[in-house]
Amino acid sequence: MLLHALLIMLALGALTPFLWLICACFKEQQDIFASAFLPWGQLGDLTLDNFRVLFDREPIGRWLFNSLFLSSTLTVLVVTTSSLAGFALAKYRFAGKRVLMGMMLATMVMPGVVLIPSSWLLMYKLGWLNSYAAILVPGAASSFGTFLFMQAMKSVPDELLQAARVDGCSELRLWWEVALPIVRPMIAAFTLLTFIGAWNSYLWPSIVLQDESKHTLPIGLATMVGLPGVNTQYGVLMAGTFLAVLPVMVLFFVLQRDFISGLASGAVKG
Amino acid sequence: MTRGTPRQRLWSLQHRYSAYLFVLPFAAVFCAFFLYPLAQSVVLSLFRSVGPRQSRFVGLDNYGFLLRDPLFWLSVANTVLFTVLFLILQVPLSLGLAMLLNSERIWFRDVLRFAFFASYMVGNVFVAVIFMVLLAQRTGLVNRAIAGVLPSVGSEINWRGDARFAMPAVVLAALWLSMGQAMIYFLAALQAVDRDLYEAAAVDGAGRWARFRHVTLPGIRPVLLYLVLVGTIYALQLFELPYVFFQGFGPRFAGMTVVGYLFMNGFLAGDIGYAAAAGWVLFVLISIVAFVQLKAGGATREF
Repeated sequence: MLLHALLIMLALGALTPFLWLICACFKEQQDIFASAFLPWGQLGDLTLDNFRVLFDREPIGRWLFNSLFLSSTLTVLVVTTSSLAGFALAKYRFAGKRVLMGMMLATMVMPGVVLIPSSWLLMYKLGWLNSYAAILVPGAASSFGTFLFMQAMKSVPDELLQAARVDGCSELRLWWEVALPIVRPMIAAFTLLTFIGAWNSYLWPSIVLQDESKHTLPIGLATMVGLPGVNTQYGVLMAGTFLAVLPVMVLFFVLQRDFISGLASGAVKG
Repeated sequence: MTRGTPRQRLWSLQHRYSAYLFVLPFAAVFCAFFLYPLAQSVVLSLFRSVGPRQSRFVGLDNYGFLLRDPLFWLSVANTVLFTVLFLILQVPLSLGLAMLLNSERIWFRDVLRFAFFASYMVGNVFVAVIFMVLLAQRTGLVNRAIAGVLPSVGSEINWRGDARFAMPAVVLAALWLSMGQAMIYFLAALQAVDRDLYEAAAVDGAGRWARFRHVTLPGIRPVLLYLVLVGTIYALQLFELPYVFFQGFGPRFAGMTVVGYLFMNGFLAGDIGYAAAAGWVLFVLISIVAFVQLKAGGATREF
């Protein structure tokens, strides 16, 4: 009983920043700090103005669109390349397999930072600076993802594949119709993970996307913040943050079970 | 092998070569956009650049200059401070939380798990924005809470403007962000520990602490080592959080991490050659730390 109470308190503590965020979206500038959460004495002062100003003043619709487009497209690309490659690595023998796997594993744990200056230069040379391609193409391959799918695909029974082949199934259809359904939990988990990573990413997009019209939510929101001391419109900022965080939250809520079980099984087996 | 019709030949072709086609998208992008820039960055680090078009070969000068730059060492100190604080707090706290969650009923557990894990979805940038406001001096929620316990000291803490509190502020934000993830892993690991071992230990007269030390810890060791390693690598590469939180590098550069140093030189000042060198020094640093951790954790023994 005591344990439950403690846990509930801790959970509320963990959720406090969210609660504060939601309240702050609807408060007027002077109330933001005047009251801890809601201005209980003057609930009538709550307003939707922050959202109105947000959409008027900042191109948040544009940012939302860019984030949605880039994150979804990138996720589809990565899941496709990783599951295809993982399938091949798990179920086929081919020349160069060892080499590829070796390089993959070696670079999987590498800190990505070391690549940033030269990748940027490569984008410059390809003329891809300030284009969506700079985000979508380099990001389309994930060693980690391929590794995860390779492990997951190992559980696809060889007999099943053989039987399907005998029935006249092409190799590609084997992947699509036999293997993928079996590894669905991994797909759900990895999709969420990739989407979240893409949605929240800041460093690479900020150095590669220069037009404001191509900016994503993290970049856009970061520009909305003022320098310390400058009078920031906190309500508007919080409204923007709320909108920025909402889609990922919803996706997580929907895919929760699969995601956590996918993570957990990886932790115990891996 | 029989020749067969064109259709059959096509069929056997696709059968033999489909593996290559399957790996091709991944391998092509991997080689072009990972291996090539990786190799290229070694070369790049030997040049001093002004923007992408002008550069001058300087050999190992970049490295020499870097290792003598006090700002670089300050960024290293900041990064190490963050890493240590972060790990010392995150690992015990999330393990403790997981242990609490491990002993109770299912219904609550899903909801509670969501509550603790949700913060992980938020991401570095948005966490920085939220905490920027939560940690406002005097009126921010955190300072208000502290002021409840330590009245005049609490409310005056200037998280964003005081160099002494700069990294601790970032640690707070990073903890909130990542606690849930570590907790999930610990929870899974805890649930995999054999209950019988606990009973056997209890029968042998082992108290709570002894059971923890001799049954729990060894049982979750792989996950523990993994989380410490992953946490270290995350912490050593930290950049987005402090950069957005401070809208720059903090009071007297107290918020500058090694990647921050790289960013400043490479993308604010335009010297990507120098930044590449900084990237490699960081890479070596991380490799050394990772190697030491794996050795100390005995992982090499197990493999």
